[in-house]
Amino acid sequence: MTSFAGWQMPLRYGSETAEHQAVRHAAGLFDLSHMGEIMVSGPGAGQALDYALTGFLSGLRPGRARYTMICAADGGVLDDLVVYRQGEQEFLVIANAANTAVVFGELLSRAAGFDAAVTDATDDYALIAIQGPAAASILAPLTELDLDAMKYYAGAFGDVAGVPAWVARTGYTGEDGFELYCRPADAMRLWEALAAAGGPAGLVPAGLAARDTLRLEAGMPLYGNELGPDMTPFEAGLGRVVKFDKPGDFVGRPALLARSLASPDRELVGLTLQSRRVARHGYPVFADGIPAGTVTSGAPSPTLGQPIAMAYLTSDADARDAVLTVGIRGEVVPAQLTDLPFYSRSR
Amino acid sequence: MSIPAELRYTTEHEWVSVEGTLASVGITEYAAQQLGDVVYVSLPSVGTAVTAGEPCGEVESVKSVSDLYSPVDGEVTEVNTELEDDPSLVNAEPYTAGWMFRVRVAQDGNGDAALPPDMLSAAEYEELTKSAG
Repeated sequence: MTSFAGWQMPLRYGSETAEHQAVRHAAGLFDLSHMGEIMVSGPGAGQALDYALTGFLSGLRPGRARYTMICAADGGVLDDLVVYRQGEQEFLVIANAANTAVVFGELLSRAAGFDAAVTDATDDYALIAIQGPAAASILAPLTELDLDAMKYYAGAFGDVAGVPAWVARTGYTGEDGFELYCRPADAMRLWEALAAAGGPAGLVPAGLAARDTLRLEAGMPLYGNELGPDMTPFEAGLGRVVKFDKPGDFVGRPALLARSLASPDRELVGLTLQSRRVARHGYPVFADGIPAGTVTSGAPSPTLGQPIAMAYLTSDADARDAVLTVGIRGEVVPAQLTDLPFYSRSR
Repeated sequence: MSIPAELRYTTEHEWVSVEGTLASVGITEYAAQQLGDVVYVSLPSVGTAVTAGEPCGEVESVKSVSDLYSPVDGEVTEVNTELEDDPSLVNAEPYTAGWMFRVRVAQDGNGDAALPPDMLSAAEYEELTKSAG
């Protein structure tokens, strides 16, 4: 167990490497109830979110999900979010646990001029994720929802093992899978039903440690590592989440527009190391021996069998032609520039 | 969780097994569980002089890297080269196949191995792990 943003979270249930491999090859079950759920509802909810977030949420069809961000007026990222349009007038905004209070406060003030209500519903939801290639076949017998018809980044209300839930085909592992939002009082029953149904297929409970290596292999950013208030989505290579052509103004638009037109001063890259030692958060990166950036996340990759890392490199480092190295506690270790993601599932 | 009665322990979660003046060293099952899956162990070279309480290597796990402290004074006579190929032995068998290095320590007045006075018994170490939660 570990303390995480005010929650007691399972870091691992057994071996995090075994949990990681189970998610890649069978399925893993995650308790993500720490995530923040903020309900934005009302006739003006879509317009309020268009103004508050970088994405074009009023253009989202009911039953679909979108990855988006909330930025400060200076363009700095306050959080990365998944937004579900649950109905014509209901949007469920999922925030990182550590940022929920900030996101809720910002949404409340940014929605003030719109016909929309903003509610922090975090305590109304438990979140259980089932992720991995076997997730759909484990879940299907437990629900009458047509999972075959449910696309990636879609969701629907339905019962799972008798528990009413919002079931969404989303996740943070690079695998197919589902996230199930239910009442906290039903969470144990849902967890146990999924664990029992998935056991024969190789499903295991998986903790935060496996979640981190899974998302890193999948090249997904983690707020606080790859994303933060001192950068815009463009530095992270996620400028696509900023929809300048949506109707109306949005918070951060002038700063983000200026940033989108300028050449970025740094770039998020992937690195692989031929080493037993792991490049970790904060370690320096050198190009031809000259300081060129910093590692944001690093771990031994169970899938690649070698350490992987994401790092920000300054744009003038000209990393493509340089010999890259990482300083690992006094040792200089060669690193290879690698396209992100490190891992993508076969579809 | 296993804490073998015949071993001595340190507050840095190492165990020591003494035969004559040869001390075998590893990390405890508690330490291995806290670290998670060990992926790399950096050990001192044979012939290195090590000092009790001083770092002499590193244990790298999926989530973190930690210093490995020598529990005793002396000279390293042997290291567990099996850990190069299979560092997971530290998790699987921390007190046996997952041992890390051996140190020749000085003799005390009785001809026994001279160990630092602050080493813990199994019972004392168990108390330590319980108070650490």
